[in-house]
Amino acid sequence: MAETGALLSVRNLSKTYGALVVTDNVSLDIPERELHVIIGPNGAGKTTLIHQLSGRLPSNGGKVVFAGEDITRLPMHQRVRRGLARSFQITALLDGFTALENVAIAVQARSGSSFRFFAPVARDRKLNDEAMAVLARLGLEDRAHRRAGTLSHGEKRQLEIAVALATGARMLLLDEPLAGTSHEESAVLVELMRALKQTHTLILIEHDMDAVFSLADRISVLVYGKVIASGPPAEVRAHPEVRAAYLGDEQADKAPEAAAAGGGR
Amino acid sequence: MNSSTTNIAPAHLAEVRVSFRTAGFAALAMFAILAALPLLTLVTGDAFVLVVATRIMIFALAALSLDLILGFGALVSFGHAAFVGIGAYAVAILNAYGVNDLLVQSLVAVAVAALFALVTGAISLRTRGVYFIMITLAFGQMLYFLMISLSAFGGDDGYTLPARSTVLGMPLLENNLVMFYTVLAVLVGAFLLARMLIASRFGRVLRGTRDNAVRMQAIGFSPSPYQLTAYVIAGSIAALAGVLLANQVEFVSPAYMSWQRSGELIVMVVLGGMGTLAGPIAGAAAFILLEEWLSSFSQHWKLGFGLILLLVVLFSKGGVGGLVKRLLGGAHHG
Repeated sequence: MAETGALLSVRNLSKTYGALVVTDNVSLDIPERELHVIIGPNGAGKTTLIHQLSGRLPSNGGKVVFAGEDITRLPMHQRVRRGLARSFQITALLDGFTALENVAIAVQARSGSSFRFFAPVARDRKLNDEAMAVLARLGLEDRAHRRAGTLSHGEKRQLEIAVALATGARMLLLDEPLAGTSHEESAVLVELMRALKQTHTLILIEHDMDAVFSLADRISVLVYGKVIASGPPAEVRAHPEVRAAYLGDEQADKAPEAAAAGGGR
Repeated sequence: MNSSTTNIAPAHLAEVRVSFRTAGFAALAMFAILAALPLLTLVTGDAFVLVVATRIMIFALAALSLDLILGFGALVSFGHAAFVGIGAYAVAILNAYGVNDLLVQSLVAVAVAALFALVTGAISLRTRGVYFIMITLAFGQMLYFLMISLSAFGGDDGYTLPARSTVLGMPLLENNLVMFYTVLAVLVGAFLLARMLIASRFGRVLRGTRDNAVRMQAIGFSPSPYQLTAYVIAGSIAALAGVLLANQVEFVSPAYMSWQRSGELIVMVVLGGMGTLAGPIAGAAAFILLEEWLSSFSQHWKLGFGLILLLVVLFSKGGVGGLVKRLLGGAHHG
């Protein structure tokens, strides 16, 4: 765990609610262009960790360094401006806005002041063109003028990623991007993330083991807020503690999602 | 585990957006009717209609400004009447010092209201939800009791203006017709300004924050400065309503800024339809006409008014505007 040239360095990060330890001394190093998947049973504290990395929740201890800068105390919006964006496990789009507007407002956040009161933003060519390019990258061009609230679940998941991309982020934290998607929708999203790997650094929380093992450069296993194993897929798959705690002893290919651990976070 | 719930599209949001587009036409129709109203009084010879209509437009202006933060910013301010009061007292206090020019009074009113909004808004916006309501209510009441204690300007009894304000030294507003069209012009101007703001970059951030503040932070916005700016703009417009109100009735009283008045402004916005800009104008008209009409039956008219409000809220989500649209258009969109 030497100070490498990692894009994101997490050191001894912790989060407690009274006596309850949700994140327990987590340390990670994510180099540029790595797709790092965090797996773990329900209630392991995966979403809490994403909340801490993205600035949604404050940490009780430890350090988060992004691109050489200590961002531990920065609020979410300032982390986004520095290039660390996230998506949400439960889709959190602006439902009354069109797909294009959802993306364009993310472009707007990083291009010039938003204290402009006169020109109608809907006709801002620069914002719309950039937003349309991002939508096109995700294959959502024909949905551009549909209201986000009326899109299918899979399209909403895609739009979540489009919005995160549109912030201009170098690194994306994706919280269960495949949650609730159909088989076909999930295949589209997996290919999308495979393509994103070429240009972005990603941390992914995911339960779908097929997707996890086909995408991951490295995997970290979180149990009760602790990283019990971290490494390339083959290594993690063979790790005895992981097999015991999470994957189940007899069959490591398919993980029973609800294995172990209550708490329900 | 939670994915199924996210598929439900909030239909009412779509409805609000549709009505914003049609709101322009609704407003145009209302402004046209208002502009032609003096012709009616010419025929009937009943000048009282003009007085009521002027009063409606003044409160419509205040309600419109409230809609800017309530309907588009989801900021439930329960102290908006304080800004109307600031406008009214700017007229009274400047009059006491011999300054009667409408433009000077308006400038002072807007400047003081903007400053008051900046300070109280910066503090209020540190809170959310019910606490925001309570703290804006508290600031409004502070100002209310301050004016009650200021005996130099009438205290509790209020301050009677000797005449209406002058425009470049001329007593133009003494003519009710001029007063009427002045108020109409200010209302139309404020409506166009608000519409432009809502459609701008700034307005998009405001609307986005209303829909989902966390989402806005997740794309790199800190919403508070935008909300504070909207709060200041809304307060400034409400102060203009206060300047006009003082002029119309030639009397200023702390009662203008009591919390009941703030509540009435919220009622006008909700009654007419939040987040439409045209709605609050209709809401103010409905409110004041009902007040006139019901109070002619009984002094307990507020009982009947409460009942009507209850029915509107229960059965017509978009307020009066939504009701009219449904009656005319029939079916829902989407």
